[in-house]
Amino acid sequence: MDFIIPFIIAKYNYWIYITLMMIGLFGMTVKKNLIKKIIGMNIFQTAIILFYISIAAKKQATIPILEHAETGAHAAINAARYINPLPHVLMLTAIVVAVATLGVALALAIKIHRQYHSLEEDEIIGQIRE
Amino acid sequence: MGTQIPILIIVIPLLASFLIVIAGWVNKNYCFPLTLAAQGAALAAALVTMSKVLINGPISYRIGGWAPPWGIEYRVDHLSAMVLVVIAAVAFINLVATRKYVQSDFPSKSSSFYGLYTLFVTGLLGVVITGDAFNLFVLLEITALTGYALIGMGGGHAPLASLNYIFMGTIGASFYLLGVGYLYLATGTLNMAELAKLIPQMAGSKVILTAFVICLTGLYMKMALFPLHAWLPNAYTCAPSAAIGIIAPLTTKVMIYILVRITLYVFTPEFSYAHTSLNHAMVWLAAVAVVAGSTLALSQRSLKSVLVYVIVAEVGYMVGGLWLANRSGITGAILHIVNDAAMTLCVFLAAGSILFKLKSDSFGALKGSFRKMPFSMAALAVGGLAIIGVPPTCGFFSKWYLISGAIEAGQYQFMAALIFSSLVNVVLFFRIFEIGYFEPFKTHEHHHGPSAASISEGPLATVAMVLLVSLGLILLGLYSGQIVNTIIWPAIPPGIT
Repeated sequence: MDFIIPFIIAKYNYWIYITLMMIGLFGMTVKKNLIKKIIGMNIFQTAIILFYISIAAKKQATIPILEHAETGAHAAINAARYINPLPHVLMLTAIVVAVATLGVALALAIKIHRQYHSLEEDEIIGQIRE
Repeated sequence: MGTQIPILIIVIPLLASFLIVIAGWVNKNYCFPLTLAAQGAALAAALVTMSKVLINGPISYRIGGWAPPWGIEYRVDHLSAMVLVVIAAVAFINLVATRKYVQSDFPSKSSSFYGLYTLFVTGLLGVVITGDAFNLFVLLEITALTGYALIGMGGGHAPLASLNYIFMGTIGASFYLLGVGYLYLATGTLNMAELAKLIPQMAGSKVILTAFVICLTGLYMKMALFPLHAWLPNAYTCAPSAAIGIIAPLTTKVMIYILVRITLYVFTPEFSYAHTSLNHAMVWLAAVAVVAGSTLALSQRSLKSVLVYVIVAEVGYMVGGLWLANRSGITGAILHIVNDAAMTLCVFLAAGSILFKLKSDSFGALKGSFRKMPFSMAALAVGGLAIIGVPPTCGFFSKWYLISGAIEAGQYQFMAALIFSSLVNVVLFFRIFEIGYFEPFKTHEHHHGPSAASISEGPLATVAMVLLVSLGLILLGLYSGQIVNTIIWPAIPPGIT
């Protein structure tokens, strides 16, 4: 135990994202309700977004806008004093992708409900088999 | 102007996809000509780019004028130039061939269909041309999302199949994104050329190995390599005929292209082959995929579902060829990207024409179809022979490279799997030919009249295009030597023998 607890605490952001990812994967594979599966998918994508955001963080650093620096906008830029903006920008795009995926999935769920009058996977498969 | 041509390959279809939907509000009849013009222009731009690459070597295009390690770079080398032409050509041919299906399957939704179709092609072209690992993810998702929507437009159980595809596809793309995240964490760059410089210096890093394995898992899921193929059969059999002619030939093949790009040009052969020692396991995985795909195809009772499992087996061919890690194997894998796209287009166009006319593609409905639809069935026969690998069709040559690569690498299990798959393909296709040729056509309700003997073909444009493609299969075979010498060999990294 003496070894495990510092190991978890030192890398806690990775543990959190992997836990979230596994919750999402569990929802997508085990749950029978299509909406629950879609929620699982969204948790899965969010886990990766949080992973990216967490790797951008730095201790004692501020937001990457030059006017906010203590030394003013014209001082030489010391990268260690700013968090890395690139993962944030990337995740802005990834969030848009996740929202679009969610939209398409929900639209298909509506279509499926119209067709089978159910969102439970076993009921739908039962109807297909008949 | 000349220097801007690579970006036109993406910009024209991207803008056109929005224009098509807007034009559809005014008049639905504007949609098809607009789509045709956009795809034609993209094809022309791709051809011009390829000719430039063949003469002057790789082109690097800076988006917005930002220099590569910081800005997004679009990079066209021999490999991507060839795949760009294949995508644009398949998209154009399928568009011309399937106009009638769109009119009959979804008359009121033609503008959204063409809009999605063009956006789908944009995504595929973008995935191939981009030189940035994150940009690739975004374009991959554009392709995937439009693909889900196109499949969801089909009849029957299409929405459910498409939703299952979304779950699997999203897991795949997310894994790729995660892999890119680890790469960025270790190297601090997303540019592929820059990554290729940095990765060999830090080959011992466990983070790089993790990134590699996660990226591979994601891509295997997206390309439906055997144990991860579960989404493909249902989604592809339910997809509308107008869309399957582009989804089936291109989606898995473009994923294979990404796999080639990632292993050879991002992680570099020194790392992917020499450092990870995954080769042997991966070739085994591919051999299992080939055997399993072929065996599953044998148990199918309709034309489209047979073809769908043939695709699953073909994915194993290309993955195995890449992991043979020698020049012949990689040549075979890259040549098979082109050949398999053409073969799959040919058989799916023929199947679409048969389905359009006979309203069913179960084996029972195919009785006497050679007499009723001689041209479509002839094209299906050529496509089938190419998939089996009969010379002089193109399928023979890529299979030859793959088998000789397997022998050179000493991976005899992969050679055995390829030969097994060819033999199974013989059974699959000759069973279809036998039903179509020797079993008489059933005259349904009408007892009199020239029903049995008369020719009743699919739409003219479809028949013309499917015959053109089947001729193309033979030409691709006859010219495969030139393709290998002028395009594929310069694309393979020089260290590989």
